[in-house]
Amino acid sequence: MSQPTRPGQDAIAVKGWLRAHQWLLLRRLCQSGILALFLAGPWFGLWLVKGNLSSSLTLGVLPLTDPYLLLQSLAAGILPAGTALLGAAIVLGFYLLVGGRVFCAWVCPVNLITDLAAWGRRRLGLKSGRSPDSRSRYGFLAGTLVAAAATGTLAWEWVNPVSLAHRGLIFGMGAGIWLLLGIFLYDLLLVSRGWCGHLCPMGAFYGLLGRTALLRVAAPRRAACDDCMDCFNVCPEPQVIRPALKGVGQESPVIYSPDCTTCGRCIDVCGKQVFKLTHRFDQRSTS
Amino acid sequence: MVRHPTAKQPPGNPGAPSGDKTSQARRKFLAGMAGAAGSGCLLALGMGLYAGQARALPGQALRPPGALAEADFLAACIRCGLCVRDCPYDTLKLAPLGDPVPTGTPYFNARAIPCEMCEDIPCLKACPTGALDPKLTDIHQARMGLAVLIDHETCLNFLGLRCDVCYRVCPVIDQAITLEKLHNPRSDRHAMLLPTVHSEHCTGCGKCEAACVLPEAAIKVLPQGLAQGRLPEHYRKGWEEKEKHGGSLIGEQVEMPVRGLEGKAYGDSRVSTPPPPAETAPAPDNAPGGLNSRWKP
Repeated sequence: MSQPTRPGQDAIAVKGWLRAHQWLLLRRLCQSGILALFLAGPWFGLWLVKGNLSSSLTLGVLPLTDPYLLLQSLAAGILPAGTALLGAAIVLGFYLLVGGRVFCAWVCPVNLITDLAAWGRRRLGLKSGRSPDSRSRYGFLAGTLVAAAATGTLAWEWVNPVSLAHRGLIFGMGAGIWLLLGIFLYDLLLVSRGWCGHLCPMGAFYGLLGRTALLRVAAPRRAACDDCMDCFNVCPEPQVIRPALKGVGQESPVIYSPDCTTCGRCIDVCGKQVFKLTHRFDQRSTS
Repeated sequence: MVRHPTAKQPPGNPGAPSGDKTSQARRKFLAGMAGAAGSGCLLALGMGLYAGQARALPGQALRPPGALAEADFLAACIRCGLCVRDCPYDTLKLAPLGDPVPTGTPYFNARAIPCEMCEDIPCLKACPTGALDPKLTDIHQARMGLAVLIDHETCLNFLGLRCDVCYRVCPVIDQAITLEKLHNPRSDRHAMLLPTVHSEHCTGCGKCEAACVLPEAAIKVLPQGLAQGRLPEHYRKGWEEKEKHGGSLIGEQVEMPVRGLEGKAYGDSRVSTPPPPAETAPAPDNAPGGLNSRWKP
């Protein structure tokens, strides 16, 4: 066991605690806010949003449907019909614009679990080199679609932790709690960012949507970087930072990798204020 | 599994570059293997759970009205629960992981809360994918399952009592469930009124099962596949064909006399009603035919 890592100490000293956690706080607010919208109905009878992340109806007019689920349905041999198509189109458009994996960091309920595991791992100083290739998830994604086609059902949805977690919170968890506990322990003990960063096919799907996203994190003040590694330690997808920060294989300071979840933690923990949230075409490097 | 990098590779160890490379390659290989193993375990877990649930829908789980055939339903339903939300009677629920029903799909248990057969079918209207088929506009055409009077030994009407509750609560009374009158051989002087389900009209709403007064319902709604038999495609009913054709298709039949049924049309073995009591006193020689003709060999 090595020393616990506590990234962001510099940033707290320089910017103060609040500003060194502003994106984290915003993100938690967004995640819990979305969950609260869904839970207000069943818990308090305030039916603003019905359904769950798989498909929902907001205020009785706005349909939103998970395009990944619809894709599985298509693979299973059903041509989806009805408002699900409209809902999926809206969701697709949104994530194509702001970045697919924004879903992972700002909406997905499993993120709370895996972030907790990652935090625990850092605090306990657990390290291990064992991690599946971060491209395994694309294999997994293909696997879920093949499984849907082979069984003619949404096979992955029997166990998909993402939809299961959200549905479980709203409609009843059942044995799903053990699956989520398994993911927590896997991330905590076995593989750093194991689920979200390497395996989750849903994240892979949204990652594919994010290839052209406008909203991006960039490192415009990368000249000020003092290699403290805080951003690498806190980043859920550390491989995305290097090209932008160190100019490896690209000139631009913008993080183009679709794996980036735009969580903004690198912005928070950087004492030198190297990073900022910007758009895809912002090529300015300031010093 | 926790690795101890410090134990194997003390920091500052001036290892030869080639050795570092080998170690890195080995590490990468091991990592890859561990990853594959991890994925394999997850996949096995998934498949195990899948296999556990892949069985047919359990007999007591009914789909909402308009649900596509089970195989199509499992492909089209995206497990959002909007049907559950729009059911005004909280009849529907989504199966959690571990239920015998596929995870996240809507179902109801008729004995707990039956379908109230809303005229506007709100659950179906809420479905975003068409897994609940919007072509169903008349709730009376819904086929959520089929009621079966499954236990003739405990049904009170079969015992000769007048319970009739399933018949009374049926929303399609006198069509989906009728009371069929039969002689009660136990008392020999009463009728049994047997609740009889007709698949042509039964929607499978489950109100009969919910209302059955027994501690365990004698009438149960089952998925149609479980409840119904099917005749082979090539079977023809002779009497129907005969009627359609206006006569026997295979020509005139040889008529054999049946003892005691002389004077009746061929094939008519129906028991005639016994004569009024006044006439029964002494058995006349020309006693009426039929099974109660008191004829003895």
